[in-house]
Amino acid sequence: MNAIIIDDEEMARTILEQLVSQNPDVTLIADFSNAIEAIKYLNQNPIDLIFLDIHMPGFTGFDLIQTIKNPPKVIFTTSDKNFAIEAFEYDCIVDYLLKPLSEERFNKAVKKALLFAQPSKNSLPEEKPKETVQDLYVNIDRRLIKIAMDSIRIIEAKGDYILIKTDSKNYTVHSTLKKIEDKLPNDIFLKVHRSFIINTQKIVDIEDNSVLIDKDVIPVSRSNRAELMNRLNLLK
Amino acid sequence: MEEQPNLSAIQELSRGDKAFENKLLGVIKKELPLEIEAYKKNLKERDFTQTAEIVHKLKHKISILGFEKGYQTAIDYEEGILHNDFLLQHTFEQILVKMRAFIEKF
Repeated sequence: MNAIIIDDEEMARTILEQLVSQNPDVTLIADFSNAIEAIKYLNQNPIDLIFLDIHMPGFTGFDLIQTIKNPPKVIFTTSDKNFAIEAFEYDCIVDYLLKPLSEERFNKAVKKALLFAQPSKNSLPEEKPKETVQDLYVNIDRRLIKIAMDSIRIIEAKGDYILIKTDSKNYTVHSTLKKIEDKLPNDIFLKVHRSFIINTQKIVDIEDNSVLIDKDVIPVSRSNRAELMNRLNLLK
Repeated sequence: MEEQPNLSAIQELSRGDKAFENKLLGVIKKELPLEIEAYKKNLKERDFTQTAEIVHKLKHKISILGFEKGYQTAIDYEEGILHNDFLLQHTFEQILVKMRAFIEKF
């Protein structure tokens, strides 16, 4: 298995490098001291396994998992036992190792990763070609109303309903963000917050933790910010 | 008897690989003073969230340098800081002093 290490502490990376070098089932491809650099790498390189720290400045291990699509298998390596239950809510988590690491426990985790291993599904987004449908039909008062996809600016979760704001009109529909997200082209639309999906082509500007679309200021959660930034054609 | 820093955890990891031992000690020698400085700075500025974060990071080094009781002290101190409880500050800082003196020998 090809693996990378993500940990802001050099000592932790050095120990993991040693443990990997002593295990014939894992090959270390790269290591990273911060999650943002690792995400850039993961978006371009197939990896089977990540040894991932949780506590990192600015961007935690959980933020990273939530940011990448189809995350590879992950073994958490952390000094904090408090996140074990939360960790196993993610399908990609194979094991949860507490620092200081022992060789025996490390090797056991790698064995588990091998058992879980599937044909190298990497972090590259498996862009299933979305339907080429340009329109979305929504059910309002027993009528199917046609909405042009490219006219949608924002979709906001409102309890059991979603509010679809388009260039010309707003629609309140009995549905969920998850359901509509599956119907939208994912190269244009992005969930930036647990209550908001935006049309990235309608962004006016971005400021810290919010985006402006028309006159609406939409919050961007910390875990979605990296994905949003990745989408931008950013002049540095 | 008070706990003293030692190399047993490092030697267990190294399986006799001296190059690795030296590399790891070099990394600790480089990182430890920086983390101690960051700890002091955040404590002085009363940024207790950051102080706890640094203690969290330091506790890994505490365990790697063989402090078993010291590791538990660091866990309790980290938790205490977040509740404005500094009862363990002196004990924790004594561990840092011992670690620093120990690592300087390499």
